[in-house]
This record gives sequence, C-alpha cells and structure tokens, in this order.
Amino acid sequence: MRSPLVLEPLFHVGPVAVTEPVVVSWAILACLGGASALATRRLKLAPSRPQAALEILVDAIDAQIRDTLRNDPAPFRALIGSIFLFVLAANWSSLIPGVEPPTAHFETDAAIAAIVFVATVAFGLRSRGLAGYLATFAEPTWIMIPLNVIEQFTRTFSLIVRLFGNVMSGVFIVGVVLTLAGLLVPIPLMALDLLTGAVQAYIFAVLATVFIGAAVGEAETKHPSNDRGTA
Amino acid sequence: MNDLIPAVSIFAAAMAVGLGAIGPGLGEGRAVAAAMDAIARQPEAAGTISRTLFVGLAMIETMAIYCLVIALLVLYANPFVK
Repeated sequence: MRSPLVLEPLFHVGPVAVTEPVVVSWAILACLGGASALATRRLKLAPSRPQAALEILVDAIDAQIRDTLRNDPAPFRALIGSIFLFVLAANWSSLIPGVEPPTAHFETDAAIAAIVFVATVAFGLRSRGLAGYLATFAEPTWIMIPLNVIEQFTRTFSLIVRLFGNVMSGVFIVGVVLTLAGLLVPIPLMALDLLTGAVQAYIFAVLATVFIGAAVGEAETKHPSNDRGTA
Repeated sequence: MNDLIPAVSIFAAAMAVGLGAIGPGLGEGRAVAAAMDAIARQPEAAGTISRTLFVGLAMIETMAIYCLVIALLVLYANPFVK
C-alpha cells in the first residue's frame, strides 16, 4: 500500500514539482473565494436567501469567537472563519470521487498551522506591544520562560499532527476496508469520516482562537460580552 | 537478520497503537462522563460545556494520534529498513 507520508508530484512547473494536495487546495480556495465573491457582490439590507444563509454562517462564527475570547470578534473573523471554512472544505473534499483531502498530508496542515503561529505572534504584538508580548512568556514566574517558549512550538506541532492524524487515519482506514470488502461496507466509515472532518475543522478553528486569545489577553477587553447574562 | 527488522517493526507499530490507545481511551471516557454529569446538573450551560469538552477531547486524542503517527513512521519511513 502507498505510504501516507510520501507525495508523488503530479506535474512540474519549471523546477517546481506540483503535487495533488496543492492542486486540490487551490481548487478549494478558488471555489470558496469565488462563491463568497459572488455571494457578497450585491449585499442588500433586506437579504435574499443566499445572503441570509451567509449571514447565519458569519453570525455563528462570530458567536463562537465571542464566546471563546470574550472580546469583539471583528479583528479575528476573517482569519478564524477562513481557516474553519478551508479546513472543513478540505476535509469534506473526499466526497468528490478520486479526490484525496489535502489535509490528509502533513504539508498542508503544516502550512495552516504556520499561518496560525504567525498570526498568534502578530496579534500578540499588535495588542500588547513588543515588551508586553515578551512579558507574557514570564508568566506566572520567570522560571517558566523556557517552557513557555517550547510550548509555542509544541502546540503548533500538535495542531499539525492532530489534523493530519485524524484525516489521514480516516482515509487510510477507508482504503484498508476497501481492499478487504468492496461495495457498501466502507460507507459507514466514510460517514464517520465526515463527522470527524467537521469536528476537526471546528477544533482547529477553536484552538487557533484560543492561542490568539491567549496572546492577545484580556488587555483589549473593554466591554465584556453582554450575551452571557448574569451567569 | 534482514527479515527481523521489518517483523519487529510491524509488531512495534501494532503495540504502539494498541497500548497507546488505552490511556487516551480511559481519559476520554472520564472526560465525557464528567461532562455528562455537568450537563445533567446544569442543562443551561450545555453549550459552553460541550465546546470545552470538544477542545479537551481533541487534546487528549492527540496522544493517541501521536502513537498512530509513530506507528506509521515505523511502518513506512523506518530509518533501519533499506
């Protein structure tokens, strides 16, 4: 059986080898980007059906970010929402016959996690300033500095491995079952894959939110969210 | 000797996943049980509890996923098998 850790190049553009996950990722990006460009071209105050659906989605993402961060979701909406939608679309792209989800390969996950890592540092620097951000590494005491620095990298690594392991194991198990029993038997496993894919996309987005929230801190909180009531 | 390393690798991969899944399995079971208990006591906090539960489960699950990745490394990218 083909190793899930090795990638065969599909074709070459000059010296650059292009692999299947890259093509699928760009196709997903084009679909998501094109669809949202089309859907937001004529925004009206009284929304049409597609616009209403889009607003529900954005509202749900906003609510999740607000619940996690206790903060205004506006600066994080674009990043977190895009990560969630991309990972979800990538995990579910296995619904199209012949397409392997790009997140089942280490490199795609590493790229998304690298974006989260850079965004964490950037948001932290922007909200606390250089000195303030560096001071967060010395919390609760200065003895924790090495651990806090290591944690930055290990949690990014675990973000990569979690998504990779979950999606790849799903693809792998379906492949194994398919070689053992042909028709209909892999379908429940594929349905389970869809559930895992959705949960993993959600978890990836929530963890990215949590990391960014930890870097931004409570400093920016001016008005705590008012949707929690008195609880 | 040359046949020994692949055989041991396959055994090691199976042991890694099998034994490595025990701990996370027990841990996830405890976490879900505690979350069920909390939701039963406080149904209005179900949203917050289940969100935290999902994130926590993902954290616990990562341990098992590490074992899976190690097993795959041993099977497919073993440095001792030429």
